[in-house]
Amino acid sequence: MGALVEIRSLSKVYTRGRQKVEVLHHVDLDIAPGDFLALMGPSGSGKTTLLNLIGGLDSPTEGSIAVGGERIDRLGQSQLARWRASHVGFVFQFYNLLPMLSAARNVELPLLLTKLPAAKRKRHAAVALELVGLADRASHRPGELSGGQQQRVAIARAIVSDPTLLVCDEPTGDLDRQSAAEVLTLLQRLNRDHGKTIVMVTHDPKAAEYASHTLHLDKGSLVEPVEAAAQGAS
Amino acid sequence: MKYFSLVWSALFRRKTRTLFTLLSIMAAFLLFGLLDSVRGAFANAGHSVVGASRLITISKVSFMFALPKSLYMRIQSVPGVAEVTYANWFGGIYQDPKNFFANEAVAPNFFDVYSEFKLPAGELRAFKETRTGAVVGASLAKRFHWKIGEQIPLEATIFPQNGGSNTWTFDLVGIYHVANRREESQEDAMFFHWKYFDEARAFGRGDVGWYIEKIGQPKEADRIAQAIDAISANSDHETKTQSEDAFQSSFVSQFADIGLIVGSIMGAVFFTLILLTGNTMAQAVRERIPELAILKTIGFPNRSVLALVLAESVLLLTLGGVAGLALAEFAVSVIRTRLGAQIPMLPVGLAIWLQGLALTVLIGLVVGALPARRGMRLRIVDALAGR
Repeated sequence: MGALVEIRSLSKVYTRGRQKVEVLHHVDLDIAPGDFLALMGPSGSGKTTLLNLIGGLDSPTEGSIAVGGERIDRLGQSQLARWRASHVGFVFQFYNLLPMLSAARNVELPLLLTKLPAAKRKRHAAVALELVGLADRASHRPGELSGGQQQRVAIARAIVSDPTLLVCDEPTGDLDRQSAAEVLTLLQRLNRDHGKTIVMVTHDPKAAEYASHTLHLDKGSLVEPVEAAAQGAS
Repeated sequence: MKYFSLVWSALFRRKTRTLFTLLSIMAAFLLFGLLDSVRGAFANAGHSVVGASRLITISKVSFMFALPKSLYMRIQSVPGVAEVTYANWFGGIYQDPKNFFANEAVAPNFFDVYSEFKLPAGELRAFKETRTGAVVGASLAKRFHWKIGEQIPLEATIFPQNGGSNTWTFDLVGIYHVANRREESQEDAMFFHWKYFDEARAFGRGDVGWYIEKIGQPKEADRIAQAIDAISANSDHETKTQSEDAFQSSFVSQFADIGLIVGSIMGAVFFTLILLTGNTMAQAVRERIPELAILKTIGFPNRSVLALVLAESVLLLTLGGVAGLALAEFAVSVIRTRLGAQIPMLPVGLAIWLQGLALTVLIGLVVGALPARRGMRLRIVDALAGR
């Protein structure tokens, strides 16, 4: 089976004042469909940049990224926005929910971009909340939920439009161990039971253990590939 | 419509700030409604359809100077003049100076020339047959709860009676209406017989304040006006004849250029409003940069983010504007009922509402433009990283 994500010679250079900083240096990477990949590495190693490029939030300076055979590095801003809406779900460290909307309305947000009628949107949002175990918190605002619950609402928002790819940037970075375990188990279930391909950036080796596959980045290059099979065996 | 709740919830994210901003917008549009009502009343003064077919003849020296009654027949004989009537400012006070209203001594045929003043036939007959009879407008009668048959005493400020008394008593015999409600201020007046006034006044007998000529063809107004003024040329009572519209405009402009004053005040008010709401919107968007970044992350295109912020700004202005205009409509109706002609005001009608709503949208777009552009152009990765 071909890779879902194909990255070839990917480089990203940021300009900070007069300085040019190369954050990613000719990275090659394939991510198979249904993979749960953990990206680890020290701060500044380029893992969030790589995640942003895979999620279509940023454009590479050099190289190519194809997701599902589509070269997203060639898409314009509005095309990228449309592509993100239908192909990618995002989960962030600080949840990034809209504080004035209820959990259900937060989850419904991506569906506003579709042509679904209001009743169907609400039903889809309810199903997504049910899936993350928060059906009884649908009318609560983010401020009324715990960190772990907010992150699960964010995951429901990420999966509500049924994307093929989930990108998660330190999804447990702001959670206690118990909540982190719940969130990671949930991501694992979405990967195993629902076939979602997940790319997760994390600092935490324990969080990476939930992935089927871990890669290490250092100074903008992949340095230590770890076989998924070995992870699974351990 | 599916985005409305998103816009609404964003607007009330900071309730106190939004409430105070709404109050400011409401105050601005209340002021707009009130001032435009006054401006409209002044602009509308005398500009009736019927007014186009009437000329006013006053002394060339000043409106305050009287003209001889003897001109009446000579003006009547000018070709093109269908009917002539005359009137005299009386300036009487009813009980208290603050109860101001126009009161004039008029010729018997006054209501024939001012056909827009609708007086029942019986009451018109009673007016013509009653020497001390007076007719008042419906608004004035309502203001002082006058009924036909009542005696109305006026205290003279210019013309005492020849016995020395300043108190003139009139018998109310008729109440007239004006069909066009935009000219409702014309109902705040009282008319009585010039003949009674002339016979009883202590000085100035035989003089009239001004003549009013009804003409057959408005397009002949200039020629007729010149012919009338030619009658008194080189005399000690030279006249100036002009259309009623022009007369009213020049009369009003003696006080001030109301349009300029209102325009200047409203310009300052709306300029301040733009700064105030512009600052509020900029602050609101600045606080929500990460949220807007999230919307863009999940696939909202740039134009949707732009539209959401602009819609929020327009909604803010519209809510405040509608509340302000509604308050102005209520306030004007109360003021008109309580004070009548003391403060000339038009009802806050469709025209003011449409102008006001157009302004809310325009100002909303202006103040929302920069924050919306900022939201539209933000780079997701920078915004999410707090840069």
